[in-house]
Amino acid sequence: MKKQVIIFQLNDEPVEIYVDPAESLLTVLRDRLGLYGTKAGCSKGECGACTVLLDDRAVNSCLVPVGKVQGCKVETIENLSRGGKVHPIQEEFVDKGAVQCGFCTPGMVLSAYALLKENPQPARDQIKMAISGNLCRCSGYKQIEEAILSAAKKLARQGNSIT
Amino acid sequence: MADLKTVGTSVPRKDAIEKVTGSAEFIEDRYMGPMLYAKMKKSTVAHGKIKNIDTTRALKHPGVKAVLTGKEYPNRIGLYLIDRTFLAVDKVRFWGEPVAVVAAVTEKAAAEAVDLIEVEYEELPGVFDPREGMKPDAPIIHEDLANYEIVPIFYPEKGTNIANHFKVRKGDIDKGFAEADKIIERDYYVPQMQHVPIETHKAAVQWSLDGKLTVWSTAQSPNVVRQLLAKSLDMPMHKIRVISSYIGGGFGCKAGASIEGLLVPIAQKFPGHIVRIVFNREEDMQGTFTRQALYSKLKTGVKKDGRITALQYEMVWDGGAYTEYGVNIVRAAGYSSTGAYDIPNVKTDSYCVYTNNSIGGPVRGFGMCEMQWGIERQLEEIARELGMDPLEVRLINGMKKGSTTASGQVIHDLDYDKCLKVVADKIGWGKKEESRDGKYRGKGIAGLVKCPAQPSNAASSAMIRINEDGTAHVMIGATEMGQGMLTAISQIASEALHIPVDKIDIKVPDTDFTPYEWQSVGSRITYTCGTSVKRAAEDALGQIYRVAADLLETPQEDLSFDGKKVFSAKNPDLTATIREVADSCKKCTGEGIAGPIIGRGSFVPTNMTNLDPETGQGNPGLFYCFGATGVEVEVDPETGVVKILQLACSIDAGKAVNPQLCTAQLHGGTIMGLSTALYEEVRFDKGIMLNRNFTDYKIATIDNTPHMDSFIVETPETNGPYGARGIGEQPMIGVAPAIANAVSDALGVDFNTFPLTPERVWQAIKNKK
Ligand code: FES
Ligand code: FES
Repeated sequence: MKKQVIIFQLNDEPVEIYVDPAESLLTVLRDRLGLYGTKAGCSKGECGACTVLLDDRAVNSCLVPVGKVQGCKVETIENLSRGGKVHPIQEEFVDKGAVQCGFCTPGMVLSAYALLKENPQPARDQIKMAISGNLCRCSGYKQIEEAILSAAKKLARQGNSIT
Repeated sequence: MADLKTVGTSVPRKDAIEKVTGSAEFIEDRYMGPMLYAKMKKSTVAHGKIKNIDTTRALKHPGVKAVLTGKEYPNRIGLYLIDRTFLAVDKVRFWGEPVAVVAAVTEKAAAEAVDLIEVEYEELPGVFDPREGMKPDAPIIHEDLANYEIVPIFYPEKGTNIANHFKVRKGDIDKGFAEADKIIERDYYVPQMQHVPIETHKAAVQWSLDGKLTVWSTAQSPNVVRQLLAKSLDMPMHKIRVISSYIGGGFGCKAGASIEGLLVPIAQKFPGHIVRIVFNREEDMQGTFTRQALYSKLKTGVKKDGRITALQYEMVWDGGAYTEYGVNIVRAAGYSSTGAYDIPNVKTDSYCVYTNNSIGGPVRGFGMCEMQWGIERQLEEIARELGMDPLEVRLINGMKKGSTTASGQVIHDLDYDKCLKVVADKIGWGKKEESRDGKYRGKGIAGLVKCPAQPSNAASSAMIRINEDGTAHVMIGATEMGQGMLTAISQIASEALHIPVDKIDIKVPDTDFTPYEWQSVGSRITYTCGTSVKRAAEDALGQIYRVAADLLETPQEDLSFDGKKVFSAKNPDLTATIREVADSCKKCTGEGIAGPIIGRGSFVPTNMTNLDPETGQGNPGLFYCFGATGVEVEVDPETGVVKILQLACSIDAGKAVNPQLCTAQLHGGTIMGLSTALYEEVRFDKGIMLNRNFTDYKIATIDNTPHMDSFIVETPETNGPYGARGIGEQPMIGVAPAIANAVSDALGVDFNTFPLTPERVWQAIKNKK
C-alpha cells in the first residue's frame, strides 16, 4: 500500500510516522520506533507476546495494521515504569515469582493492566479469561494468576486503582 | 548443612525487574548495525535427490545480496554424530529442509526471492515409521552413515538406517523371567511433540576484515556453538566470539548448534554487516528439533509378592532425518531403562532410526518422558494383574540407598519412597471417590528419575572478580532461559564468599569474556556450574584471608569475614574492611601486598565412566534426581473430557538453592507435562508436519491449567553444591503416566499412548462397552 503519515499518541507522547498503513503495529513499534519491550512470538495473533494497549484495551499488536491507530492512544510495556518506578503489577510479578524466561511477561503484564483497569477486583475466573490469549510455556501460569490477584489487592490498598 | 545464609532462601530473581519492564535484552532487541536479512528456501519433498537449483531469478530480485546453496557450502556439523550439513547438498531428507538461503536488505525482499528459487527434485521412497526403517529392504536415508565422524560411545549399524543401537545386559534375563510368577507384556507409543518456547530460534552473524566471526544466538550453549563452528569452518576458537542474550525459553530445542552456521558464508561476503535470521513460528516448529517418537515393547516378569525379577525393553526411536543429537537420547533412555526401580535382570535394546520426519532431538526430559511412560504404565498393569495397590508395587521395587540402575550404577543419595508418599498423601491415595453425575473419578500416581545425559568430561568453570569496594562480579558460561540460573548461581557464590547476594553482579555469557561451560542442558547447571562457582568463591575467599592476614599481621586461621570486614576472632581491634583488602592492598608503609582478587574454579565429573559396549554397564550418571506425580481426575463418559481435580508433584532437589524458583520449575514442568498428556501431538502426513502453529498445535493456556501442589524433598546430594542437584526437567516426566493411570483407574480401560484427547478417551470407553 502507499505510504501515509500516521499520527498517534504513543506512551503519552505524540508520534508521527510515514509508513505503509498495512504494516503491523508490532513491527512499527519494534523496528521503526525502537520499542523492543513488545515481543513477537508468532506474528499471527496466537500467543499474546505482542500485547499492547490500544485506547486502553489489550490487543495483539501483530494483528493491528498501523493505519488503524491513526488518532488513537497506544501504550507499550515501556510506559508502565515511566518515571523510573515499576508499577504495582510489575512489583507483584517479581514478588510472586511470575517471571521465568520473561518473553511472555510484557504481554502478560499489559493484559493484567487492561483487566485491572476495567475490573479492579477480578475473580480468578475473570483473570483466567483475561489472559487466556497470552501463552506462557515456562511458568504453568499459577504464579501469574497469584501475581495479578495480589496486584489487585495492593492497588486497592493503596487506593490507586488504575485510571 | 547448618547456618546457610543465602542458599535456601527465596531471594528475588536477578533478572526479574528487567523482564517485567520489558528492558531485558533478547537477541533481536536492539539495533545492531547495517543488516542483511536471511530467509531459507525449504524442501517440498521429504526424501529426494536435488536435480537442480536455479537461483538466477532470485539473485536478480531487487534488494537481494546473496543466494547460497549446499553445493557452495557443504560443511558438516553435528554434536555427537556429524551427519548434518547447514544446507542440503545432494539430497533432502525431510520436508522443509533448507536447500538454499537468501540474504537481502529487507526481510520482505528475502522472502520474495525465496519464492523465485526453483528446485527440481527426484523424489525417493521415504521412511516415516522407524519400525519400517529398520527392515533390511527399507530405503536408506544416509548412504554414508558408516563414514560419518562419531563419538565412539555410539554404535551405528553400517548399511542400515540405525544410527545407534544401545544395549543393556544386566544380570541374567532368562533366569529373571524363569523366577517370575507372572509375565506382563505390552506395546507403547509416544508421539512427537514440540517445545514451542515463546521466543523462536534466532541468530545473527558478523564477519570483520581481520577474520573475526561474531555470533549472536539463542543457543543454549555459546561454547558448543563456538566449538562446532570452529570444527565445521576449520577456524581457531579465538577468532570466534559467541554472545548470548536472555533466551525466551529453550527446553532443549536450542541445545547444540544449528542455524548460526547458515549465515557465515554470507557474512564473509559482506564484512561489517550483520546477517540475521529469525525463524517464524512455523519454521521453528518444523525446522528445529522435535521430540522423537518412541515405539516400544516392554516385558516384565514379576513375583506374586510384587517384586519385579526381569525387565526386557525394546525401544525404537524415530530419530528423524538427522540424529546428530538424538543418538544420545536413545543411549540415555537405554542406560536408564528401569526407571526409578531396582531390577536385577535387564535386557534393553534401544535403537535410533533415521526416518524422513523432522529432526529428532532433545526436549525437557531427554528421553525419560517417553521411556518412563512405558515403565509407569506397566507398573499399573502389574498391580492390576496381581491385585495389588499400584503405590505398593512402586514402593517394593523403587530404588533405595544402594540400589543399582540398569547400567549397574549404585545410587546413594535418594529418598524415592518419600517422593511417592508425599504426592500419594496429598491426593488422598487409597480413598476411592465415588463417581458423581455420571462422571467417573480415578487416581493415579507415577514416579520418575533422571540424571543429566552429558559426556563424562563435560566441564564447567567460573571466575569471580572482587571489585575495589568489595562487591563482586561472577562470570560463568551458562545461559539464562528462564530457569533462574543467574539467581541460583549468585546465591551459591554469595554463600561461599560471604558477600551479600545484592552485592554480586552476574551476566549471561560471551565466549570472549566468560569462562567455559559445556551446555545449559540436562538440569546440570546448578550442580556443575554451581560447583565451579563455589570453588571460585572459596578461592577468592582464601585470597581475602591471605591478604588480610598480611595486612593485619595476624595468623590467617584467626580471621573471619562477614561480607563487610575481615576481623580477628582473638583481637577485636584487628579489622580490615573488604575495601581495604580488595583495593590493591598496601601496608601503612606503602609497601604493596597484593593486587586485585580474582577467584577461579572449575569442575569436571570424576564419578562417571564410559559404558561397556556389549552390556551397557558403567556409571553414566553425574547424579540422579527422583520425584513423583499424583493426579485425581474426573472423566465425562459422554464427551471423553478428562478434568484434573488434583495434581501434585514432588521432586528431590537435594537442597533447594532458591525455593521460590525451584517451585516455579515444578509448576512449569508439571504443566508442560500436562499439556503433552492431554493436548500435544505433532502430526505428520508422509513427513509433512501438519500442525505448525498455535492454532493447530494447542498448548495449555491459563484457562485449562488446574490448581497444583508442589513439594520439594531435600535429600542432600553428597557432592552437589550445598547438597543441591538439578531439577529443571524432572517435573515433566511423571505427568503423562500419572494422568493415564488415573484415567485407567476411573474407567477400567488401558491406554498405551497419549495425549488423552476427548476423542481417544471416548473411543476407549466405547471400545470397552
Ligand atoms: S506475536 Fe502477536 S499474538 Fe503472537
Ligand atoms: S516466562 Fe517464558 S513464556 Fe512465560
